[in-house]
Amino acid sequence: MAVSSAAPLALRIVAECPVSKARACTLTLPHCAVSTPVFMPVGTQGTLKGITVDQLEDLDCQICLGNTYHLGMRPGPELIEKADGLHGFMKWNRNLLTDSGGFQMVSLVELSEVTEEGVTFHSPYDGKEILLTPEQSIAIQNSLGSDIMMQLDDVVSSTVKGPRVEEAMHRSVRWLDRCIAANKNPDRQNLFAIIQGGLDAKLRKACLDEMTKRDVPGFAIGGLSGGEEKDDFWKMVTLSTEHLPREKPRYLMGVGYALDLVVCVALGCDMFDCVFPTRTARFGSALVPWGSLQLKQKQYAKDFQPIDPDCQCPTCRRHSRAYLHALFKSDTAAMHHITIHNISYQLTLMQSVRQSIIEQRFPEFVKAFMKRMFPSREQYPSWAVEALQSVNICVC
Amino acid sequence: MRLELSRAVQGCRLGLLTGLGNTGQHSLEVPGCLLYTRCATVPHLTQDTLHTLRDLPSVTQVSLMVSYAGLHDTVLFCSLHDSANSIPAGHVTNKTVSVWGSGGRIELTAARFMAIQAAIQPDFYQSMADGETWQAGTSRKRVRKAVDRTLAHLDECLVLHQKTQELKQSEIFGVVEGGDILEERLRSARETAKRPVGGFVLDGFHSAAMDQDVRVQLIKATSAELPQEKPRLVLGVGRPDEVISCVEAGVDLFESFFPFQVTERGCALSFNYNIDPDPETAGTSTPTVLEFNGEMPAVKKLNSNGDENMTPYEMNLKDKRYHDDFRPLVEGCSCYCCEKHMRAYVHHLLVTNELLGGVLLMLHNMAHYLGFFKALREAITSDRLQDFKNRVLHCREGD
Repeated sequence: MAVSSAAPLALRIVAECPVSKARACTLTLPHCAVSTPVFMPVGTQGTLKGITVDQLEDLDCQICLGNTYHLGMRPGPELIEKADGLHGFMKWNRNLLTDSGGFQMVSLVELSEVTEEGVTFHSPYDGKEILLTPEQSIAIQNSLGSDIMMQLDDVVSSTVKGPRVEEAMHRSVRWLDRCIAANKNPDRQNLFAIIQGGLDAKLRKACLDEMTKRDVPGFAIGGLSGGEEKDDFWKMVTLSTEHLPREKPRYLMGVGYALDLVVCVALGCDMFDCVFPTRTARFGSALVPWGSLQLKQKQYAKDFQPIDPDCQCPTCRRHSRAYLHALFKSDTAAMHHITIHNISYQLTLMQSVRQSIIEQRFPEFVKAFMKRMFPSREQYPSWAVEALQSVNICVC
Repeated sequence: MRLELSRAVQGCRLGLLTGLGNTGQHSLEVPGCLLYTRCATVPHLTQDTLHTLRDLPSVTQVSLMVSYAGLHDTVLFCSLHDSANSIPAGHVTNKTVSVWGSGGRIELTAARFMAIQAAIQPDFYQSMADGETWQAGTSRKRVRKAVDRTLAHLDECLVLHQKTQELKQSEIFGVVEGGDILEERLRSARETAKRPVGGFVLDGFHSAAMDQDVRVQLIKATSAELPQEKPRLVLGVGRPDEVISCVEAGVDLFESFFPFQVTERGCALSFNYNIDPDPETAGTSTPTVLEFNGEMPAVKKLNSNGDENMTPYEMNLKDKRYHDDFRPLVEGCSCYCCEKHMRAYVHHLLVTNELLGGVLLMLHNMAHYLGFFKALREAITSDRLQDFKNRVLHCREGD
């Protein structure tokens, strides 16, 4: 499906699970088509932590993330615009999604202050103060030239309660309108709204009602995956997908653990991002269908199997756990090997999920996934069991 | 292993080291460098990124105390130490030398040393040696002891080598010591040459250990005592100017730790070694972009990021001047980094401490260094060594 200049995004629903809310789609964006459900690796500073763009392409990654706050600081939007946008600067020819800088309001809360105008950050690099307004965030993202841009939202940690949550939700709606107005490139850059409202169903619903009135090409579910109880988390996810339009993509921000991905696909989400797989790789943790291997541990010193004998990634095809264990003591390449494996694991998981939806066997896939991941049914996390039950998948 | 020398020009030996590997089908052009590794990996690189490098040396160097499970299919040379690490002094005895692994210091007798070689099964390796003569003011007595011990270790290693089934296909190289004392160098060379070794490792000539001129004199003298038909490898020498003068003094093989060191200080090798004139600029009198790569050598104007180890052969990519420089690291370089990326991007990666910076610099620096050796061989072949020296050493002559 070609992308017209009036609409730089097209979503085609290829298959829907008749039992749950899962769907498999093809999302056409300016740089290439993306198969969903999709996991998007995070390359915060215009690089994916030691991996070349060729290696990322070879893993069949079709879309990855860059971060407005970080890139806005260094090297700055003017330089990146001169270099032909973030695509031209890092030489990535496929899709890019940029976060707005909103999350840094939570992660760098010590360093920031929010008003109606925007969020003020105190730069750790030179002590300067920067005011990030919705207009500024969109201006930077316009310079970066990402295929999908996120609105600047007023982000509150999911563990915060009280009136601040409601204030943030309403402000996010107002900031959405300011972002829409500020977008210089609606013909080639897609602006996604971000549903807020914390863990309060009423606030979420109000936000959904308001934001879905705006004509944006896609919606993100924000303000979650920040340390809240999983029981609350999934309920907000499913509430959100319930009230988001079917024919637009749903992006659940910050979700990356395998179990969470599978459950949230069942709840109707299409796109995910998380630093976890690439970050944990640098600590020597390799993700596998039955959990994770902490390769720095002594038990792997003489273990000559690959990380996962069934994995087809370059690391597993060539190297053993023992080699990686030894390598961690002496060279950064160890991190690269695990990063490649972990990205491959996440992308392959999503491809398998997608295939199972297309072949109308997603519930079976979920059951098999749970069996592989947990030693026994008693150990299935109850939130996941309930969440799946809510969409008619019974794993007990 | 056989060394087929095709010419000797102004002291430089040109040829091919053949019969390498367990089926003997690999070869290595000399003068040339080995592929430097740490823990059996070229630093920063996985096999995908490593194989973007063309014309990889067929021989990989590893040092002791490493596991080899990840190594690509290659010929293996095993050295005692890693020349990129500084070795603490004072841990050598009459019967032992020390190496450092992740668990700390390990003392090796000749027997233990040889047991490790039997496990590694390198295609060739240096014998155990006492090379601790690099400190300033090492006494004559100490130098003499180093020579004596090294010969004793060699004899012990040879006996064990003969007895060890696993080393049947391996060659042992004798190590020439002698510090900066001519008579000791000659003595070490003559004595080592009497033993049935496959080649010679010249030790104690590390860049920090002695002046270029002293090194050249000593290597020339040493080289004259060694059989012409056996290869000579020098440890610890990596700078382009030092490589050239060692080649003129009779050295065949070098380690390639130097591009790694350049990478670690955030620099890119940028010196010009191309002596074939560009038809578009041939005949012009002023230096062109081709000649300086657009750079005036930065070393004389050490900026705040200057590393005192930085040489005139490299550019400091952390320097602010590269912030918006959209050119490749080196015009005309065909490495992955130069074909794909720009200086501004590499600068950004270094400033933000991103891992990819090391990966890209390592690729570029290895490619550049291998290109240098290739051009050196071509210059010797075509009798243009002087032009080559002028080109490479030009940047040492000031702005």
